Formats: sequence, structure tokens, C-alpha cells
Amino acid sequence: MTTVELGMPAEGPIADAIAHSVDAHGPKQTELKGKDFKTDQEVRWCPGCGDYVILNAVQSFLPSLGIAREDMVIVSGIGCSSRFPYYMNTYGMHSIHGRAPAIATGLAASRPDLSVWVVTGDGDALSIGGNHLIHALRRNINLTILLFNNRIYGLTKGQYSPTSEVGKVTKSTPMGSIDAPFNPVSLALGADATFVGRAMDSDRKGLTEVLRQAAEHQGTSLVEIYQNCNIFNDGAFELLKDPATGTQWSIPLVHGEPLVFGPDGASCVVRDDFGGLRIAETNQVDQAEIVVHDAHRENPAYAFALSRLSSQDLRYTPMGVFRSVQKPTYDAMMAEQIDVARVQEPADLDALLAGNDTWDVR
Amino acid sequence: MTALPPTTAGDPPVTSSAPGGLVKSVVELDRVVIRLAGDSGDGMQLTGNRFTSETASFGNDLSTLPNFPAEIRAPTGTLPGVSSFQLHFADHDIMTPGDAPDVLVAMNPAALKANLVDLPGGGLLILDSDEFTPRNLAKVGYATNPIEDGSLEGWQTVSVPLTSMTTDALKDSGLGKKEAERSKNMFTLGLLSWMYHRPTEGTIRFLERTFRRKPEIAAANIAAFRAGYNYGETTEAFAVSYEIKPAPMAPGRYRNISGNQALALGLVAAGQRSGLPVFLGAYPITPASDILHELSKHKSFDVRTFQAEDEIAGIGAALGASFGGALGITTTSGPGVALKAETIGLAVMTELPLVIVDVQRGGPSTGLPTKTEQSDLLQAMFGRNGEAPVPVVAPRSPGDCFDAALEATRIALTYRTPVILLSDGYLANGAEPWAVPTVADLPDLTGAVDFATEPNGQATDGEEGLFLPYLRDEQTLARPWAIPGTAGMQHRIGGLEKADRTGNISYDPANHDFMTRTRQAKIDGIANSLPPTEVDDPDGDARVAVIGWGSTYGPIGAACRRIRRSGRSIAQVHLRHLNPMPNDLGEILRRYDRVVCPEMNLGQLAMLLRAKYLVDVESHTQVRGLPFRAAELAAVIQEVIDRGTVPAGAPANGELQ
Repeated sequence: MTTVELGMPAEGPIADAIAHSVDAHGPKQTELKGKDFKTDQEVRWCPGCGDYVILNAVQSFLPSLGIAREDMVIVSGIGCSSRFPYYMNTYGMHSIHGRAPAIATGLAASRPDLSVWVVTGDGDALSIGGNHLIHALRRNINLTILLFNNRIYGLTKGQYSPTSEVGKVTKSTPMGSIDAPFNPVSLALGADATFVGRAMDSDRKGLTEVLRQAAEHQGTSLVEIYQNCNIFNDGAFELLKDPATGTQWSIPLVHGEPLVFGPDGASCVVRDDFGGLRIAETNQVDQAEIVVHDAHRENPAYAFALSRLSSQDLRYTPMGVFRSVQKPTYDAMMAEQIDVARVQEPADLDALLAGNDTWDVR
Repeated sequence: MTALPPTTAGDPPVTSSAPGGLVKSVVELDRVVIRLAGDSGDGMQLTGNRFTSETASFGNDLSTLPNFPAEIRAPTGTLPGVSSFQLHFADHDIMTPGDAPDVLVAMNPAALKANLVDLPGGGLLILDSDEFTPRNLAKVGYATNPIEDGSLEGWQTVSVPLTSMTTDALKDSGLGKKEAERSKNMFTLGLLSWMYHRPTEGTIRFLERTFRRKPEIAAANIAAFRAGYNYGETTEAFAVSYEIKPAPMAPGRYRNISGNQALALGLVAAGQRSGLPVFLGAYPITPASDILHELSKHKSFDVRTFQAEDEIAGIGAALGASFGGALGITTTSGPGVALKAETIGLAVMTELPLVIVDVQRGGPSTGLPTKTEQSDLLQAMFGRNGEAPVPVVAPRSPGDCFDAALEATRIALTYRTPVILLSDGYLANGAEPWAVPTVADLPDLTGAVDFATEPNGQATDGEEGLFLPYLRDEQTLARPWAIPGTAGMQHRIGGLEKADRTGNISYDPANHDFMTRTRQAKIDGIANSLPPTEVDDPDGDARVAVIGWGSTYGPIGAACRRIRRSGRSIAQVHLRHLNPMPNDLGEILRRYDRVVCPEMNLGQLAMLLRAKYLVDVESHTQVRGLPFRAAELAAVIQEVIDRGTVPAGAPANGELQ
């Protein structure tokens, strides 16, 4: 029931080790339950942290992907979210601040037989590691990146982050922060990411659906997960979580469906005069003017326009899959070049060492 | 200065008859140092490399020193734009590119001005007279033309219109004047090829191959090359040509190789001999980029090259690949190592194999990107937060970069540790003949791989069948390397301190103390796998030892030969392993009354030796961006020897008070 396509390990010691473990353990076990992904390590996030909800959602949905635990690797950086690998019974590396996409890139590029995931946060991915994130996205290497966005630095005890709204009062900004935040979805689309989605930690169903599509996507997928930090930034996403306001300000993205939202579908998304999108009242526009969501559109400008509908205070926030397009993956192209090279010029180390110009001394 | 015998033999000229009845004599020399200097757009590096290839295939021993500006095209005709290539070739075994040229070819006034200071009086000076125009002279501050004002009388000056002879030779080629002028380097190469009896077929083949898509350019360059050769044969300007017989070398197959080439081939060989796929994560940086270029050509050997977005991503990707079971490699220079420091620390903590190549250049900061220096030794040793020991190895010559790459890989795989390989700009771009090894004779590294596939222990409560990622090999203290994809071995590693055996996060004080000491002990224990240190003391009675590391091997060795020819004894020790140092080194150093340590830094190895062995090492240093001159080193060593032994009653080495 594997829904995620994985490649083959390279011949040699790597394939031999895997074959040996199959001999010892039997065929790869892909019929798993959520609890099979739990480890014996005590989960050490603050009680009430949104990370628990995300961990549970991930552990519950992973069996549906049909990936053996040993074929999955989770690489994280530094921050609260980056403790994630310790709680997953897969291979994992809790690396250094901001560098998880780079480390995961080397792993995914050399091991197309693995499902490689990156778990990161807003500070890790967008501040110290911003460079690695955008380059992973533009290369389209086969990675699934979960970006837990709580709009605050939690592990260092409450400084503003690159996604904090302007004016945020924190320990390091007593008079309010003055730098404009990143919108992670806009940033990813600016890097021409082939898959970009957004989900809410507490919305198990919506989160699972976006994660499933992200995992099945061939190439780099980025999922921004709004995650509540109940200690340093409690209620950051309340506007969207509160049933009273959530429907009014969230725009659910469903491929092929018209972008109509709000109580009784009172609001909708239409094109503006400058090639972008704007919010309109459904009863004020012609039905044909309402934009039908197309996540497969090649040009990222549409998805980018969608991402710009929301403001810093989270009004009009699209939730779901913004963009999902197919492009060749970096790892597949790298493997193909190696195959081509092998045919064109079979490996002969003695010949390589000798080169073209030798002379003999007798 | 030392009173040492001249090394250039002046055998009586032999006369021969050249075409056209011109009588030309042939002088046999035992060695020659030629320096080609021109504008960085004049193709001096290409000319030098071609002359080197001809010389290599002729069978001389040789050593080269390319010297070029960091700017790709500095303003034409200016001093900062001067690029040069020095080649030393001989009928015997030589160790350096030569202290000073015997022959200087200057393609313009700037090249003359920048290089004349190095040409000893009486040396042969060949100038392109066409370029000595008032405008070009003014650019570099010559008030009068040195060709005409008598200021070059101390040298054998031959002024030749190289540019116009080239354009004349190409007047029927269909090329414009500007384009034709660009072949003047090949005209010059042709002239030198005649003068030193070099074979020419290789250069003609090279030009045909290089310009196979532009046959008219190939034809023009070949025509210019031949015209230069014929000019030498027929002109009266050069009455003498020189013959340098092939050098006796151990039987075998040889090729010419630069340090960067040898290093890249060593890494390919390391992958093949370990059976592992090679993954290079690298960011372009001078003078290391050629390793990336070379490795990217060898994909058929299961070599993946990843040009990363920055230095940090380069090493990060390499470490990720190592986690997956590849031979992870990153190549860089000093500034890149600074950026990679945190990831090297992660590799120390996660105990994964990784090879970090630092082709050192002048520092600090951007420093001298195209010049050589040895000033990253302490960075390699200590440039990380925390107690983060990393093995350090260094090659001693361009060809030795091949062996050093294999040795760095052996250590990385056997001990599951990052290893720093310290090359430098002089080794990287310099070239020498290299005895091509047979693959079957290279070290077999498959034994060092040994991926873990089965549980290795039990939990403290006795539960069997557990995989303990930090349960160590008793001999090497290496931890097991279990790669993703291996069932039942799932584990998590990371930068937080690990509990012994389980690898779980641990903040326990005793555990941290234990793990810190264990990581150190693992690296220290590498010394047990090293062969005894070689001491080169042919007379066996030396009282002074000279110790070095890296690319100073050639100049130090050449200096030691001079010392021995003067009737003195000197012992030479050259370190391949800088961390850990060989077990026998302290005892060796204490045998000598005095120990001298020449380095292209301000005394970094000397500091380590003094700290570790309490030996009163005398440091001799230079940071000119160029290798040591053998004569200068010989003078330094001679001074130390002639100072005499330590007076009675003075504290001996190792007993400092």
C-alpha cells in the first residue's frame, strides 16, 4: 500500500547492508500502526504545546504512506520543533541551527531509496537557515519540509522571530519589533517551490490531508504548520482557530473548487485589475468571476497572489495546498547523469590514474 | 649567505650545424629554471603548463610554481596584472621550483619590472620588444625604454619582436590582427621548445584537441608555435641551445600531475577502494575549486558532486551523505573552514566519517586568495567550540596529495571521525612527475566500512536485541555505523551530548566528562596505527634536526642537500600526521641538540611541538605568499649548526626549567 515512491539503493556496501538486514528481520515491514512510530524517549515539550498535536497527527497518518520505519529519516535543526526526531522511531538527526535542509539535501541526493523529512521552525528555517531553505526549494530535491511556525523564539525564551508581526513586544523588543515579517508561503513560492501548503496544528483532518499530499509529492514540499506556543506566544492563531472567527478569516483551498469562504459563503476571491487577487463579497460579483483554485498551475504567480491575500494579523489566510506541480527532481537528475556517465565512459581507475600523457622509465 | 657550490654545470659547448648553414652550439646543462611572465591575458599559465608537459614527457624531473593575481583580468599592462609561471627542470631528482630563474621571458614592461629583481646578474632575459611602447612603459613608470637605456646591461638581454613576428606568421591565416596577436604565447613556446630541445608533438596534439571546434584557431596557434620553433633554429639572436638529459627515475610509468589533480584522483580512488559512493559537497573557492571541477568529471565512478549554496551547505550535505553511508567530502580553503567549523563539530559529536580538504591560502580574512601559506594549522587543530579533536594530515608534494587523500579517508572511515587534510596553494597548482600507481597496490579500505546490520547489545534492564549506536569498538573506539534503510537499527543522533552506549540525550555531568575524554582518546589512539617516523639523516651523526610539514618538504629537503654538500650533517623529519602526532616523535626530537622548524606562518607547528614535547624548537617563518627559497633555508640551518652544541651545564632539551 505504498503511496510514496522510493528509488533503489546504490549497489555495493549500502545495498549489501540493507539486504543483510532483510535477511535478519524478514521483508520490509510497511503494515504499521501509529504507535510503531513512537520511541521510548520521554517527550519534553511544554505541556499544552502545539508540537504534541503535530507529533500525534504525524505518527497517526504515517502508516497510511506505507513506508518502512527504517526507510524514513527525519533531519531537524535547532529549536523546540527540532526535538521532533527523538520522538520518532525512524532514523533521525538533530543537527545544528538552520542547516537541516543542507544536511537532508546530501542524504536525499545520495540515497533516493529513502523518504527524507526536515522538521524546522520559523527561526531555524527563515532566519539562520533561510539560505538553505530557498536553495532546497529551487533545486526541487526530494524532501518533505515541515515548518512549525509559532511566530516566536521559544527555546531561547521568547524573542521575536522572522514571522512575528511588526510591533511585537518581546524580551528583545520592549518597544515593539520594527522589522517586517516573512510570509513563509510567499517566500517558498518566490523560490519556485513545487509544493507549498499550510495547515493548523489543531486541525487534525486538514493537517493530515496536506501532509499526505506533501509526502506523496516528488520534489521538495514545504508545509507551513501554524503552531501555538502556549508559553511565549499563546493564542497567536486564535483568530483562525476560534470557531466564531475562523470561518470568517480562513480561506480553505481545495483544488478545482471555487474560492468561496466565510459564514454562508459570503466572501470570495476574484482577480484584481493588476493580475493579482482580491477579496470580494460573493453577492456583489458574477459567479463566473470567482476564482476556481488550481494548485497545478505551472506559473507560481497565482499561488503567490493567493499567499498575499493574508495580512500580518491573519485575516484572509488561505489554508491547504497552494501549489503542487511536477518538475524533475534534483536527486533523479543527479542519478541520471551518473547512469549516462557510466555508459559513456565506463569506470576504469587504472586508466583514470594514468591519464592521457604518460611516459615509461625502464 | 652560504658558500655552496653552483648547481648549474657548464659543460663545454658542442657545435652543430643548423639548416641554412648557421652554426649553432648545444650546451648541456644539468638543470634550468625558466620564468615566463606576462599580462594575465597573455596566456602565461597555459604556456607554462604546455612547456611543463613537454618537459615531463621528455623525462626530466621538474617542479613548477604558477603565480598569478586574484583578479581575472587586472588592467592590461599594469603591475597588478602580471602573471608568471616558473618551471625548474633537471637531469636529476629536484625538490623545488627553484629559488631564482636562470631565464626570464617578459612579455611586456610590467612583467619585466615585476620580475627582474629575481633574475640573477648574467641571467638570460628575453623580451617582446613590440610591447615596449611609450604607452606601456609609462603605465609602469619607466621614464626611458630599458631595452635602449643600458639599464639591462647586467643580463644577457635578447630583445625579440615576438608580437609582430607572430602576426607576420599568421598574415595568411584569415585572422584579424588582434586575434593573431593572441598566439604570441605559442610563438614564444615554440622558441623555448627549440632552445631546450623539447618534443613538440604533444603541444600540437593539445592545440588540435583544445580547439577542435575552431579549426582556424587551432591552425593559427600551431602555425605560431612552429614559427617560433623555426625562428629559434634560424635566427642569429640565439646562438646556443641547451640540452638537459632525462633524469634517472625509478622504473615505471609516469605522468605530470598537479596537487589538486592528485588530490581529486586520490578521493576517487578512496571511493573505489572502500566500495563507497563518493559525495562531494563544495562551494567554489580559490585555490580549491579545481578539485570540484576534477571530481565532477568522474561521475562514472559513483562520484556525486554537489555545488552548494554556501560553504556551510557544502559540508552539511557531505555530512548528510555520510549519515547515509557515502564517503562524504567537502573541499575548501581557509575562509571556508571557518564557516564549516560548527558542522565539523557536529561530525565530531555524531562520530561520522567526513573528509574536509583545506587548500590553504594567505590569510586572515580574504587574504591572498591565489598565494600559498600554511597558516590554517591551528584552525584545523582547534578552530571549533568545545573539546572537538579532529585528525589532521598534510601532503608534502603535489603527487603526495594522492596518498594523503587515501590516508585521510582511511582514518575517517576506520575511526568514524571528520578528518582535515591540509594542502596549500603551492601544492594545489604546482606540478611534478608522478609515478602512476597500480590500483591493486593501493590500500584496501573495505575493512574500514563494515556497516552495522544487527543489534549489538542489551539495555540496562537486560532487554536483548537492542542497537546501541554509541557502543564502541574496543580497539579503535569507533562507534558502529548503521545506515538508514537497515531494518531494526533505527536510531537518532545529533549535536546534543550523547549518553554512552545508547546515544540518547544526556546532561549527566559524569557522562559528559567521560564522553569528552573518550572522543579525545579515540583521536589520540589513531597514533597507534601510524608507521614509525622516518628520519632522513644519511650521515647518521646530525646534531641538528629540521622538522616541517606540508609543502615545505621540497624547499627543506633541497636546503638539507645543500647543507650536506657543504660537509655538514642535518636530520630531516617531515610530518604527514599533525594530529595525532606519531608516538615516537617526542623521543626523536629530544635526540638532537637543536630543532629548527621552518613554516609559512608565524610558528604554528613550533608552538604545538613546544607545548606537547617541551622541546626548545627554533621557529623560522615566512609569510610572503611564496614557498621558501632553498638557499635561504640552507643559510638558516647552517647558522644553527655552526652555532655549535649546547654548552656544558646548560639545560638540555626536554629539561626546560
